[in-house]
Amino acid sequence: MNFFVLGVNHKTAPVEVREKFAIPESRLPEALGKLTSMDGIEEGMIVSTCNRVEIFARSQNGHCDLQKFVREYFGFSAGEYEPYIFEHQQLEAVKHVFRVASSLDSMVVGESQILGQVKEAYATARALGTVNSQLDQLLTRAFAVAKKVRNETTIATSSVSIASVAVELAEKIFGSLSGKSVYLVGAGKMCELAARHLIAHGAKKIYVGNRTYDRAAALAEKFDGEAIPFERLYDTAPWADIIISSTGAPHAIFRKEHGEKFLHARKNRPMFFIDIAVPRDIDPALNDLDGIFVYNIDDLQQVVQSHIGDRRKEAVRAEVMVDEEVRKFEQRAQTAEVVPTIVSLQQHLENLRQAELDRVRGRLGSLTPDQEMAVEALTKGIINKIMHTPITTLKSAARDPESTTVVDVVRKLFNLRAEKAPEAVPPTAPPQAPAAETAAASPSLTNQIRK
Amino acid sequence: MPLLWLRVATVLYGVGLVHAILMLRQKGERSGRIAAPAVGLGMIFHFVSLVETALLFGYTELLTIRHAESALALLIALIFTALFVRYRTASPAALIFPLIFILTFASAIAQHPMAFSSPTFRSGWIVFHVGTLLFGYAMLFLSFVSSVLYLILSRQLKRKQTPTWAARMPALQEIDELGYKALLLGFPFMTVGLLAGAVVAQERYGATYFTDPKVLLSLLMWGIYLVLLYTRWSAGWRGRRAAYLASFGFVVSVCAWGANYLSKLHRFVAP
Repeated sequence: MNFFVLGVNHKTAPVEVREKFAIPESRLPEALGKLTSMDGIEEGMIVSTCNRVEIFARSQNGHCDLQKFVREYFGFSAGEYEPYIFEHQQLEAVKHVFRVASSLDSMVVGESQILGQVKEAYATARALGTVNSQLDQLLTRAFAVAKKVRNETTIATSSVSIASVAVELAEKIFGSLSGKSVYLVGAGKMCELAARHLIAHGAKKIYVGNRTYDRAAALAEKFDGEAIPFERLYDTAPWADIIISSTGAPHAIFRKEHGEKFLHARKNRPMFFIDIAVPRDIDPALNDLDGIFVYNIDDLQQVVQSHIGDRRKEAVRAEVMVDEEVRKFEQRAQTAEVVPTIVSLQQHLENLRQAELDRVRGRLGSLTPDQEMAVEALTKGIINKIMHTPITTLKSAARDPESTTVVDVVRKLFNLRAEKAPEAVPPTAPPQAPAAETAAASPSLTNQIRK
Repeated sequence: MPLLWLRVATVLYGVGLVHAILMLRQKGERSGRIAAPAVGLGMIFHFVSLVETALLFGYTELLTIRHAESALALLIALIFTALFVRYRTASPAALIFPLIFILTFASAIAQHPMAFSSPTFRSGWIVFHVGTLLFGYAMLFLSFVSSVLYLILSRQLKRKQTPTWAARMPALQEIDELGYKALLLGFPFMTVGLLAGAVVAQERYGATYFTDPKVLLSLLMWGIYLVLLYTRWSAGWRGRRAAYLASFGFVVSVCAWGANYLSKLHRFVAP
C-alpha cells in the first residue's frame, strides 16, 4: 500500500495560488500521461476543481516524487509555492481521499458537488488506464464511504443558503409548494433568486409588484408571471401564499392591520412573509397574527447558521466513521499482501502431490473409480491437515506489522520463489491479473520439483 | 295528526342536514337548490304541527319536554330565515340545519317511541349506535390531536427555531387538512350514532332520557363538533382558536364518556 496525495486546496492556498495549479479538463489526459510516466509512479489521478487541485498516486517501491512532477509540469522553480502545498502518504493519504469524497474537507462541509467531481476525475483516469488496480480499489472504497456518511449522518440534509432555507420553511408551512403562488414586492436580485428556488420546488403563479411598473413587468416576464400596479398591492397581496419583499422603502409596507385584512380575505389560510429588505418592509408585529409567519434576513441567516452548526456536529460523527473505514481498508490491504504467499504455497503442495501420485501410479496398477477417489481424498487430506496451521498463521500475521517476517519465513521454509511477494491484487481488478500471476509462479515451481 | 306533520317536517329538515354536510365538503351548490325549499316546507309543516298540538292539548303542552325541543327548533329556523332575509347570507345554514334536524328528530320520536319487534333487533340497533359513535369519537380525537400539533408547530415556526423532532413532522397545512378531514368524516357518524341512541333511549325510558347528564353532555359534544366544523369552514379557524375549541370539545367528550359511570340510564353493560 503505497499511496501518495499532493496538492493545494482552499485550506492551504488562496485562490491566486490555486488558479496557478488548475488543470482544465481538456489538458487532463496529457497531465495524467506525464504523471504516470514518472519514475516509480504506477497509478495516478488528478482532481482539479475551483477549491482544490490534488494528485492521487500510487508507487511500486514506496517512493514517488510528486513535487518533481508539479515543478516539471507547471514549470515552477524549486521552492516556489512550496508553503501552499500539502502532502500525505500511506494511511494519511487514504484518510484524505476518504475525507475529500465524503465532503468533510469541503469549504461547505457536506456539500454534494465534490463527490461528483472526484467521480468525474476517477472516470477520466480510469478510461485512460492510469487508475487500474490499487488506486482503483481505494477510490471505489472512498465512494462507498462517502455514500455511507451521507446515509448515516445528516451532514447533507440541511439547507445552508438563504434561498434554500426560504424554500425549506415554505415547505414546512405548506407541505408541497406545487400550486402555491408567490408575490414579489420589489424587483431586486435577491427576490429573483428566491423566486427561482421556489419555482424549482413547484411554486406556480408569480405576481410582481414594483414602484416602477416597467421593472415589475420585465421581471414578471422572466417567470411567466403577472405584473401588478403598485397601488393595487394591498388588494392583491392576499392572492399569494408566499410574499417576498425587498423594496427600498424607508418604513414598513406591511403592517399588522394589513395582515388582519389579508387573513380575513384568505379565510385564515396561512401566509409566509419573507422580508429581505433593509430597512425592513414588514412590521414584525405581523408575526403575532395566527397564520402569518414572518422571516426577515437575520432570521433566515440564523437558520443557515444553526444548520451549519448541525453539520459541524454531524461532521464529528462522520470523521469517526472515516477513521474506522481507514482502519478496515488497512486491514484488508494487509490481508491482500499475504494472499499471494498462501496461493503459491497451496500451488506448490498441490504440484508435489500430483508428482508423487504420478510416480507411484505404475506400482498401484489400475484402480477402480472408488479406489481412485480414495487415493485422491487421502493425499488431499494429508496436505490440508499440514497446511492448516501455516495458513492460519499467515492470515493472522497479516494484521500484525511484523507480517513480512512471517511471510519470508514461510517462503524460505517451503522454498517458494525467492523474490518478494508481488503487490496485492485487488478483487476489483481485471481477471487477467491473478491468472498472469499464477502462470508466472508455475514454471519456477515445476522447476523446483524436477530438481 | 300533529305527529305526522312533525315527522314530515323532520324528513324535510333531514334534506337540510345532508345539504349542510355537503356544503362543508365544498360540494353544496347543487344540493342547496333542493335544501332551501325543503327546509322552508318543513317549517310550514312544523308550524302546523305545533299549532295543532296547542289547539288539541292547550298552550302549556308546548312547554313540556316533548314539545319544547320541537318549538326551539322552529324558533331557530325562524331566526335563521330572518337573518337570511335581512343579510342575504346562507352560510349559517351549515350550522343551523343539523341543529333543527336533531331537535325535531328528538321531539318526533319522543312523542311516539319506536317499538322494537325483537330483542335481537334492539341489540343490533345498540351495536350500531356504539359502533358509529366510537368512530365519531376517534375522529374527534384525531382532529383534536392535529389541532394541538398545528399549534405547536406554528409556535415553533414563529419562534424561528425548529428543533430536530419538528423537522420530522408533516407540514403545517398537511396537519390542518388531516384535522379537517377527520372532522368531516366523523361528524356524520357522530350524528347518526346519537340519533340511533336517542331511538333506543326513547323506547326504554321515554322523554325523561333527555335530562340525563350523559345525554346532555353528548349533545353538547355534538354541538361543539358542529361549531368546530362550521368555524373552520366559514371563517377558516385554525391555530390557536381552533385548538382551544377542539380542546374544549375533547374535554366534553371525555366527560361524556366518563358520564357512563354517573348516568342511571346509560352504562357499559350488555343490553
